[in-house]
Amino acid sequence: MTQATISLRNTLWLTAALAMVAAPHAERLPWWVVMLAAMLVLWRVYIGRTRLELPRKWLIMMIVAGATAGIYLNYRTIFGRDAGVALLIVMLALKLLETRSQRDGMLLTFLGYFLVITNFLYSQTIATALYMVVCVWIITAAMIGLNYTPPPRGYRNQLSTAGLLLAQSAPLMLVLFLFFPRVTGPLWGLPHDAYSGVTGLSDTMSPGSLSNLSLSDAVAFRVEFKSAVPQPKFLYWRGPVMWDFDGRTWTIPRYYDNVWMTPRYGELRLDATSPPVEYAVTVEPHNQRWLFALDLPGLVPPRAMATTDFQLRSAAPVNNRMRYDMKSFLNYSIGLEESRPALQRALQLPPGFNPRTTAFAKALRQKFADDQALMREVLSMFRNQKFFYTLSPPLLGEHSVDQFLFDTKSGFCEHYASAFAVLMRAAGIPARIVTGYQGGEINPVGNYMIVRQADAHAWTEVWFRGEGWIRVDPTAAVSPLRVESGIAAAVPSTDSLPAAMRGGYAWLRQMRLTWDSLANSWNQWVLGYNPERQRQLLSRVGIDDATWRTLAVILIVATGLIVLVLSLFMLRRLRTVVRDPVKRAYLRFCRKLERKGLPRDPAEGPSDYAARLAHLRPDLAPAVAAITRLYIALRYGAGPGPTAIQQLEQQVRHFSA
Amino acid sequence: MYAALKNHLATWLFQLRGPQTGVIVLVQRRVFILPTRQGLVFAAVLVLMLIGSVNYSLSLGFVLTFLLVAMGINAMIYTFRNLANLQLSAARTQSVFAGEKAQFAVCIDNPGQTDRYSVGLTHDKKESTFVDVPAQRTTVASIGIPAPRRGLLRPGRLTLFTRYPLGLYYGWAYLELDMQCIVYPRPAPRGLPLPPAESNAGLGAQRGQGQEDFAGLRQYHPGDSPRHIAWKAAARDQGLLTKQFSGRADTELWLDWRQLPPRMDVEEKLSRMTRWVLDAHALGTSFGLRMPGRTVALGSGDAQRERCLEALALFENPHQNDPSHDQPA
Repeated sequence: MTQATISLRNTLWLTAALAMVAAPHAERLPWWVVMLAAMLVLWRVYIGRTRLELPRKWLIMMIVAGATAGIYLNYRTIFGRDAGVALLIVMLALKLLETRSQRDGMLLTFLGYFLVITNFLYSQTIATALYMVVCVWIITAAMIGLNYTPPPRGYRNQLSTAGLLLAQSAPLMLVLFLFFPRVTGPLWGLPHDAYSGVTGLSDTMSPGSLSNLSLSDAVAFRVEFKSAVPQPKFLYWRGPVMWDFDGRTWTIPRYYDNVWMTPRYGELRLDATSPPVEYAVTVEPHNQRWLFALDLPGLVPPRAMATTDFQLRSAAPVNNRMRYDMKSFLNYSIGLEESRPALQRALQLPPGFNPRTTAFAKALRQKFADDQALMREVLSMFRNQKFFYTLSPPLLGEHSVDQFLFDTKSGFCEHYASAFAVLMRAAGIPARIVTGYQGGEINPVGNYMIVRQADAHAWTEVWFRGEGWIRVDPTAAVSPLRVESGIAAAVPSTDSLPAAMRGGYAWLRQMRLTWDSLANSWNQWVLGYNPERQRQLLSRVGIDDATWRTLAVILIVATGLIVLVLSLFMLRRLRTVVRDPVKRAYLRFCRKLERKGLPRDPAEGPSDYAARLAHLRPDLAPAVAAITRLYIALRYGAGPGPTAIQQLEQQVRHFSA
Repeated sequence: MYAALKNHLATWLFQLRGPQTGVIVLVQRRVFILPTRQGLVFAAVLVLMLIGSVNYSLSLGFVLTFLLVAMGINAMIYTFRNLANLQLSAARTQSVFAGEKAQFAVCIDNPGQTDRYSVGLTHDKKESTFVDVPAQRTTVASIGIPAPRRGLLRPGRLTLFTRYPLGLYYGWAYLELDMQCIVYPRPAPRGLPLPPAESNAGLGAQRGQGQEDFAGLRQYHPGDSPRHIAWKAAARDQGLLTKQFSGRADTELWLDWRQLPPRMDVEEKLSRMTRWVLDAHALGTSFGLRMPGRTVALGSGDAQRERCLEALALFENPHQNDPSHDQPA
């Protein structure tokens, strides 16, 4: 193999390619790693331009040690996703600095491809994919430059060859993508930070937690309805149910240490009075276990379970986009025979907190003997007094409910739900908080519903004897618009809200919806292509229960076919194209003789050849003489007629040695 | 036994048939292709990427990995295409002195519609010449092969190879073209005296070619010494004419083997005589060569120089130099 030194031109190509691939990592890396990598790269370019010596090995080793220590101090580990990427980038920059030979350059291109994949750990959007296609193109062009001696002058040829090479690889890539036997990952434990940085509901709720979420227009999940879309007032997407309150924060019970909350599988028991709504949910990864369904879920998705308070929980944290079929009952009754410990728990309040609220609830209790009348009184208080619904409520102190109810009187849904539940509990009515999402936007382009993080909502459920758990949304009492028309209509226009949630600009909205529809198809068919989808696809083309052996056969046959077609396509223009029909016919005649072991000498003219043939094979002499005479006449005579050409072609066709 | 078998296998597999005259067409059977070490590293990286994609369920990771797999397969066709159907023939070689490098030129003709890039020619896999062969063009690639000893030098088996476009595959074809280079003996150092010239002044009236008196002009023939060309006539657009001389005192310089000490080594004698030929040619005198079994008649000019040097190169040297079967000297 050549140990040729790498040219400056190739070094610059490589540097550009690697910088392009590493660029998206810059916003996620510590600033000093970015600076270090940039400095090393600039140093290499400087060395290349001035033709100085590359740095000594000990210096490089020192930088390696320093950078590794720095990354360890920064992340407290050198393994894991983030630390691994940081380390890889520093090492790549150092490798670039000590790149001398063509072989080093090749190694760098391979590492460049590998670096592309690390970008997908953070983002797999269409935009990322397109950008990475460009990166792969540049890396491939750099690779071509490395294997081109003497180095090419322009960049045109390098880029066009790389582009062609990649474009021609697309069909085989598609076949491999569709039919390569898929296994469900992971093969081994993932680093703990593999899925950090995703937004979503958490298992606690304190003042401010939902209003923070409302600032994000990230998609929480998408829904395709198989039946009619329910009215907005029914669009309560049930998530974590919270029972425990410490004076400020609501938390979900750890379901497994409560006997009365044993999880259930399969069909849930509930008294439904109307036909169910059927739909499919594609939930975005949020690194928690919740799955979302309309109140009230009527079945449990595969590899998931339900608790008695109707939370759907996946068996493993949702780290990949997940799709499940679901049906929900909009009119239902649950918990008619709720257990005593559960009701006890739904009455717990931390002692010493929110004394004014407790006193107010006691007073109400004395005024109203009937639970439902008491509840109606509280709701009418919310409705009639000057309560405000806002995304940016004032900060609250230790007795948060007291302050909210009697002083500030403005808050977001979590304030209302929390205050309402505390009031109910203080008055002796079992109550619990339900968090989830409310509403959703229909995308007419793809005919599905988008539910965003900004649609996050909190409401309550209270328990009445004989009626079970009833959903009560105190926010709806304060701001009916929130439930009917969504969050944008409900909060003051001065509140900051993601642009996606605001109306206006019809064309912008249309564009946004078209884009989301595209992203949805991308999610469903590219990113969501998993073993299950593969099975579906195969059964659609009539292959049920495909084993890996079937897949292997499909793969080999399809790959062979594609490679064959590609080879034929690429090797079709290697032969000389003889445009002159006379010459073509004569060459064909010579080929026929050559096959019989009578080749024409390179320096032999047609007449000499004919004479020699006549001597060697007297039997062929007349035919050979006729063809040769015709050829010479056509070639060297004046004004060949088209009939003569046809005559020659015919004679050559019928000639056999 | 094993070596013989291996030799047999190689002969069959690589179709080694000895030198071929005329044009060699690189048909499919003549082009071989194997992955390079870098190609194997690339494959290992792809396996790693596949495992990573499975582990993290990265759909785009699968897309990238499979795209690169497809590209790797595709590159094989590209590498093969870069050599396939090229037509190779021997071009002229220039004679050299022993110790110099013989330049063998190979005409690479690309009759097809596809450009070929970075095609290398080598005889020992250490030094290579790279050329581009655009569609429907012919490019000459010449390769220097050291010529340590006088005689006939054959380049032996040359390898035409390419790693284009990605360096993942090495495609090659063996060529044994019928080419040879005459290697003259290494000339002895300058400064040795020429043997004494025989003067034939006594044959007064005989008209012969001499060096002294201008006798007229005749048409230029290739091989005439440039110092005898009538440049003034050429400047007057009369074409190239050669001045002819005659002289009664014509010097005839015979470079004779017997003039050297008999105990001198044969190669050294040849080397000494090579020096004489060069010096005599430089003087412009008429000279001839006498060696055991070979005599080159008197003459002058570049053609005479070449005739003499060739005679010296091939003196008693029936075997031919072939670098691929070269014994260490």
